[in-house]
Amino acid sequence: MERRNFLKGAIMVVAGAAVPMSALELMDPRDVLAANPDLKWAFLVDTTKCVGCGMCVKACKTENGIPWTANVSRTWVERYVVTKEGKVWADCPKQARDGFTSPLLDENSAGMVSIQPDDIAKGFFVPKLCNQCDNPPCAQVCPVGATYKTPDGPILVDRTWCIGCGYCIQSCPYGARFFHPVLHVADKCTWCYHRLHHGMKTACVGACPFGARQIGNLRDPNDPVTQAVLDDRIGVLKAYFGTKPQAFYIGLSKEVD
Amino acid sequence: MLVHGEIWTTKEYFVYPNEYVTWAIQIVMYPYMTGLVAGAFVLSSLYHVFGVKQLKDIARFALVFSFALLPVAMMPLLLHLQQPFRGIEVMMTPHFTSAIAAFGIVFSTYAAIVATEIWFVYRKYFVETATALKNKPNKGMIDGIRQLIFSALTLGAWDISNEALEKDHKAIGIMAGIGIPVACFLHGYAGFIFGSVKANALWMTPLMPVIFIMSAVVSGIALCLLVYTIVMEGRKRLAKLKKPGTHGYQDLKHIRGVEDHEVKLTAKYLMIFMILAFTLEILDLVFRGYTAMKSWDALREVLYKRDIFKLVVLQYAIGNVLPFIMLLWPRITVKRAAIASVFVLFGVFMMRWNVVIGGQAFSSTFHGFMDYHFPWIPRNMESVKEGPPGVFLVAVTPFILFYILNKFVPVFVGEEKEKEKEKEKA
Repeated sequence: MERRNFLKGAIMVVAGAAVPMSALELMDPRDVLAANPDLKWAFLVDTTKCVGCGMCVKACKTENGIPWTANVSRTWVERYVVTKEGKVWADCPKQARDGFTSPLLDENSAGMVSIQPDDIAKGFFVPKLCNQCDNPPCAQVCPVGATYKTPDGPILVDRTWCIGCGYCIQSCPYGARFFHPVLHVADKCTWCYHRLHHGMKTACVGACPFGARQIGNLRDPNDPVTQAVLDDRIGVLKAYFGTKPQAFYIGLSKEVD
Repeated sequence: MLVHGEIWTTKEYFVYPNEYVTWAIQIVMYPYMTGLVAGAFVLSSLYHVFGVKQLKDIARFALVFSFALLPVAMMPLLLHLQQPFRGIEVMMTPHFTSAIAAFGIVFSTYAAIVATEIWFVYRKYFVETATALKNKPNKGMIDGIRQLIFSALTLGAWDISNEALEKDHKAIGIMAGIGIPVACFLHGYAGFIFGSVKANALWMTPLMPVIFIMSAVVSGIALCLLVYTIVMEGRKRLAKLKKPGTHGYQDLKHIRGVEDHEVKLTAKYLMIFMILAFTLEILDLVFRGYTAMKSWDALREVLYKRDIFKLVVLQYAIGNVLPFIMLLWPRITVKRAAIASVFVLFGVFMMRWNVVIGGQAFSSTFHGFMDYHFPWIPRNMESVKEGPPGVFLVAVTPFILFYILNKFVPVFVGEEKEKEKEKEKA
């Protein structure tokens, strides 16, 4: 074969192969799947149903191996008391692990605060957990990529890779992250990702006796959570940070943030 | 069972259950040390780049000191990590959306630049020392080792003709020129680490990197001025002991003259950067009060009530205003400039403290507060690393490194040589 012909042939093969080969680049199957995943988890909290029993916190600590006595938790319940004068009190004794059994508010080193029932305008409970933000600051700031967002929503921590710098803890506006007291790596609520992928609900959803917590799939139009998110008047926490939280709240009051 | 940070945190009123002062004293030390590195380098560049000839003596000193401080900038980070053995992953598997991930690149670039610049500055000295040792008769083992080290330090470049030295000089200028933006980046990015945390109302401001750079230069110059004065005082003592004509003798008057001159000029540059740093910090405070965002109520409580002593008295009065007046007052003396530098260094340390600890003094709930209590008596590994032993280690290491470095790149050698030459001429 002449050199000239060989070069001609080679150019034709390369040019001809380039077009179909580029389709592989244009349509990476992972990208295609990620663009239209059939799963997108969302959490729905109905604050009007929460009574502050703390069953969710108990279930979470047990399920996820967060030491019972450690003063951290992946989920917690806050109690708000607004007086007739407009003063806002809030507390969360022991992450509400044992429920709210006392009318006194636990204000940490400021002591226990008693508010006369006649002075109270309104009082309510707000369950909190990781919002699994669509624009998660925690995953953004992790210097080694140990924290990452899964295609179906929840943000996870690779415990074998976290260096324990605490940047994610600082960057979370919701206080959802903490250092695991035994493993010494960052820890957070995963919406019980391990359970979700076995067709189960999260531990807290399963433990809530009043249906205040629900989890659902936003890609399924018949899912009650999806319907609530689309039809009801719902709020999210600290929307002004642009984190796009995926935990939605029914009955959110302006005192809650 | 204690969570990280629980040992030194006291919560007051409503705070999220997972919130603690997780970034403690070592994160105060970290920007403080990198600030000193960057500041010392900027001071040395005043001579090398901007040709402030009067600063020649302190410039060389500042350059070597900056290099000695460099490894120490990394220490507080390692001491605060919960998994220090995985710290290297920041360099190996950086995740570039994180400001911290830039650390490896910025840090090593800067280290390379400073090392290169020092090499060019000292190449002639390496060659001369190695040659002198080579020609020395009756060498002992120590001399042999020294010869080996200095020969290695020349990197095989033995040419010290005037043309070659001229090229060296140009290279120094270029390295110092590139070094300034990199030094500013090294520290500006430390400011960015804080300034970009949108969850923290006190930290989040685009001014943060600029404020950090300015205060870095202030602290770097102040430390160089202070250490320089101390070293020169030591040399004066030595000069008094030695008799004229003996080896290593130096004229007392000469040392005093150099010291006086360098210190006074450095003090002027110190004041310029102090004005810039102070103005930016006040601008930030005023702006926060004026715009009064949602977080302002909590911030005001921290800034004007809880931390008022640390902020107004320790940082602004003792750390800024007092040394500024001391430097500005007519007929400045070396002693007064050195004492003012101590106050400046303290002021910059308090600034770092008020940013890092102050930024965690209020809860994200804006309803509660957190107090940090420095663990004076270490009770567990955590309070050893982030308590007095850890801080002491970080504070002392640069001086030990400087002492060792000075054995190979002596900061005063040029001055002595020139003095001898002048004598020969006379």
